[in-house]
Amino acid sequence: MNLKSSAFAVNEDISVDEQYLTFNIGNERFGMRLSQTREVIEYAGVTQVPLMPSFLVGVINLRGEVVPVIDLAVRLGRNAIEIKKRTCVIIVELMHQGQDFTLGLLADSVCEVTTISNTEIEDAPAFGANIRAEFIAGIAKRDDEFIVLLDGDRTLSMRELAKLVEAEFENN
Amino acid sequence: MDIPLDAFIVEARELLTTMESGLLKIEDGSHDDELLNEVFRAAHTIKGSAGLFGLDYIVDFTHGVENIMDRAREAEIVLARELVGILLACVDYISSLIDSYEREQPITSQLVNLGCELNRQLAPWIVTNVTNKALSSDAATSLQGEEYWYIKWTQQADALRNGMDPIAIIKYLAGLGEVLYCSINDHDIPSEDEFDPESLYLSFELALASGAAKTDIEDAFLFIKDDAVIKITPPRSSSREYIELIQKSTGKRSRLGEILLSVGAVSESELASALDYQKQVTLPKLPLGEILVERESVSKDIVDVALLQQKIVKSVPVKLIRVDSERLDQLINLVGELVINQQRVNVIADRVHDGPLEESVASMMALTEQVRDAALNLRMVAIGETFQRFKRVVRDTATALNKDIKLVLIGEDTELDRSMVEKLTDPLTHIVRNAIDHGIESIGVRAERSKPTQGTIKLAASHDSGSVVIEIEDDGGGLDAVSIKAKAVEKGLLGETDVVTEQDLYPLIFHPGFSTATEVTNLSGRGVGMDVVKRNIEELQGVIQIVSRQGVGTRITIRLPLTMAIIDGFHVSCAGTDFIIPQNTLVECLDFDKVKHVDGSHSVNLRGDLVPYVELQSLLSLGQIVYDHKKLIVVQFGSDRAGIVVDKLFGEMQTVVKPLSPIFQALRGVGGCSLLGSGEIAFILDVPQLIAFAVNREHKMLGSYEEQYEP
Repeated sequence: MNLKSSAFAVNEDISVDEQYLTFNIGNERFGMRLSQTREVIEYAGVTQVPLMPSFLVGVINLRGEVVPVIDLAVRLGRNAIEIKKRTCVIIVELMHQGQDFTLGLLADSVCEVTTISNTEIEDAPAFGANIRAEFIAGIAKRDDEFIVLLDGDRTLSMRELAKLVEAEFENN
Repeated sequence: MDIPLDAFIVEARELLTTMESGLLKIEDGSHDDELLNEVFRAAHTIKGSAGLFGLDYIVDFTHGVENIMDRAREAEIVLARELVGILLACVDYISSLIDSYEREQPITSQLVNLGCELNRQLAPWIVTNVTNKALSSDAATSLQGEEYWYIKWTQQADALRNGMDPIAIIKYLAGLGEVLYCSINDHDIPSEDEFDPESLYLSFELALASGAAKTDIEDAFLFIKDDAVIKITPPRSSSREYIELIQKSTGKRSRLGEILLSVGAVSESELASALDYQKQVTLPKLPLGEILVERESVSKDIVDVALLQQKIVKSVPVKLIRVDSERLDQLINLVGELVINQQRVNVIADRVHDGPLEESVASMMALTEQVRDAALNLRMVAIGETFQRFKRVVRDTATALNKDIKLVLIGEDTELDRSMVEKLTDPLTHIVRNAIDHGIESIGVRAERSKPTQGTIKLAASHDSGSVVIEIEDDGGGLDAVSIKAKAVEKGLLGETDVVTEQDLYPLIFHPGFSTATEVTNLSGRGVGMDVVKRNIEELQGVIQIVSRQGVGTRITIRLPLTMAIIDGFHVSCAGTDFIIPQNTLVECLDFDKVKHVDGSHSVNLRGDLVPYVELQSLLSLGQIVYDHKKLIVVQFGSDRAGIVVDKLFGEMQTVVKPLSPIFQALRGVGGCSLLGSGEIAFILDVPQLIAFAVNREHKMLGSYEEQYEP
């Protein structure tokens, strides 16, 4: 299913279910479309890449594939994730210029895979979420807790990430 | 998309390339009939295969092109420059039709319009009636549907004097079956004063419905066959039979004559006389098939089928198979994994110290290397195909600019990695276009400079110690050092008073936004180009250099690694981070503390040579150095030497290059990464880039002028 972020709001009368992977960063809960994630692995260290900005934690060897890992907390403007026992890496697959690429996201822990209907999803508030508005695809409520559903393509825009790397590199 | 259609698309693309290169050769003045045939056959095959898939639009359009090529090879029309131009446009058009089918898009009205326009341009050269040429049309209509042998002969003028009465022949033929039609052709009868009543001026045409074999019919002419011109065309049904027989024949015969003879499409005497004729005529050497068709011994369809069959027979020794490139890549990846695992096994075997184990690991290593080489070889393709493409580029661009340019290709069989060939096309196209547009002068200027009016662009490829060298050379005006300098000063790349040699100026054209052309054409000169070219080449781990002499020409040299999939490298580490230095750049390793240092600079005195060095630890902001036994690795790239300081050496290893994620695009000095036997990730150093990066850093820190060093 290939819903655009705006589709959540527009098709309110038609109920469309989609599965999300939810995870914790600090004491916030986030969700990403399950279709964009590939697997979750235990954090077992990374190889640091020289001269990289702090959100780019390093690279890992995922069964022969070299995958960059980014600290989602830093990307979302939070404090860097502290490595603990339950720290994990969510492997996501996204498109960039017509090509698939794989990225690892550091998260404090993963919660569950859950089905959320688009009728349950509300638009992001104009402010107050303390996250760049375009990163949020919507907000869902579960058990009195809010789940911030991230727009994977925007939060993890390869173009923007590469620009940030470039900026860091130029300043070095 | 279904697989057969895919195969059709791939085949059609190849055939279109054949057509294009054939047409370009014809335009260059090549008069080889085989070329015409080749182009015709390609068009014919595209039409035929498209028909199989019901791609009627392609069938209809290609029919016109086929028709023209058919007339051209029958020498009815000449492929002049204008017509070749239209035909090339048709090739492009067919190609875009195929693109549409591939993308499963409908044919747009724009395409349809273009097709109509092309058809309109082709129209003057197309004939639509390709009925039997000899039979008059009313006879042809009355005979429609009937199966008949068509026999036509002209006897010698003194036939009657020799007692060879044509009536006897006709009677004999009538005895073999039913004469459906007989016509006497009298247009050779001379004027009255030249007329000799004893001579025979008539020729005869006859349609015979008969089940007789060709040899039987030939017997009618037994006594006159040496002096008469006889053409016997079999009934259409037997044509079909012949074709079927030929197609069924199983490839024991590889000669056209043998194939035709074996199914009875030609008689032995026809073949013998055609072969005789072929021997007599030496220049130009005619193919047997054409002679036979010319003499109407056999129809063209049959010869075409036989030629095709012959091709199948001939192509048996070289067995080529078409493989999905993804499968090939998959194999290469697996071999890559195998190499990595082999490294791991080596590490373990070294630890275990077991004789037999070490032995078998060593022999397995040798095998792995062979498998690696064989697998990599699969990816190697000759650069010729890419070069061929430039014929078209040169032709079109030169025509557009009203210049006369010859393209010389050298070393077309030089092989390099397929993935690299693909990525080379764009930068090469750009360089060649630049050479045509800015390099080669206009015909007038060339004449003034007493150069030949025809400019030359040379594309050469060769192998040189583990790398591929591609040179693009033109004999044009050369780079204008004065304008480059002025531009560089304007862009702030140079100070006004800087003294720079010409050869140092030229690389400046690789800077973004650098174009000295005062006039922006639609081909080049927008100043977006050479920097992209350079970046493309660097992405392929290549180096680009430029040499130019004003008034004489410009040569751009591109040096590329043979393959990017697996390289030989030297494993080192610095502050706990692993690096691989490509073996081909490595000169020697030294103890950093034992080399003579030059005071006050980051340089060492290496046997009298001053060699600057970089410390990886500080350059890449790595952590603390663990061991204080620094090692100096001397590397060479082009004619430059430099040292790299690390803290641990591990030794040589084969390593599989894993491309870095696009996220690291800005990272300089690291060309990719690689997995070590332990599963750890090592970074492959891109030595020229690393040094350039170090130089830039130093300039920034010392606040020197903003010239950026380019290797």
